[in-house]
Amino acid sequence: MLDDATKERIDADIASEDVVLYMKGTPVFPQCGFSAAVVGVLTHLGVPFRGINVLEDDSIREGIKAYSDWPTIPQLYVKREFVGGCDIIREMYETGELTEMFQTQGIDAKPS
Amino acid sequence: MPMADTIAAKLKSGLNPSFIEVKDVSHHHAGHAGWREGGETHFHVTLTAAIFEGKSRLQRHRMVNELLAQELASSVHALELHLSA
Repeated sequence: MLDDATKERIDADIASEDVVLYMKGTPVFPQCGFSAAVVGVLTHLGVPFRGINVLEDDSIREGIKAYSDWPTIPQLYVKREFVGGCDIIREMYETGELTEMFQTQGIDAKPS
Repeated sequence: MPMADTIAAKLKSGLNPSFIEVKDVSHHHAGHAGWREGGETHFHVTLTAAIFEGKSRLQRHRMVNELLAQELASSVHALELHLSA
């Protein structure tokens, strides 16, 4: 379910920073192994990001799934574009594509 | 039918994979969010299919998510996917 108000909030949130991660828990205290894995990757690459804790708000938790037609959390957005969930981020990190993508977007990232 | 078999059957008929392995890894997540007694909540899928040729990671994942939409909306809490062409 994605009502107009929720969609507007998500639109604003993903535009608030270059890199935005919808996750369970916070970057300091992730409450799910998959969210923790993505936080670990971003931290390792030295990429600043904003974490949005979906556990704090059910309308966002369900809304973000509809927003990108993606059934799971975490979800990573870069310059408002949905990049992927945990498996995709991990794979891109392993192949070096993630660093490349950040650099192409003008975001500083260390090589993986 | 165990959920792992349901997942395998749906992916086989939808993607015609040359390799597929579906593992129920629910026991790795005992006590975590989404886990419940009896398992069948967390799965690990490795799948190779020619149909993925030329498709992006997002597209591949979306194809799988679509085939398993019903399961993801109900009892399946986490699905780890390793997809190749």
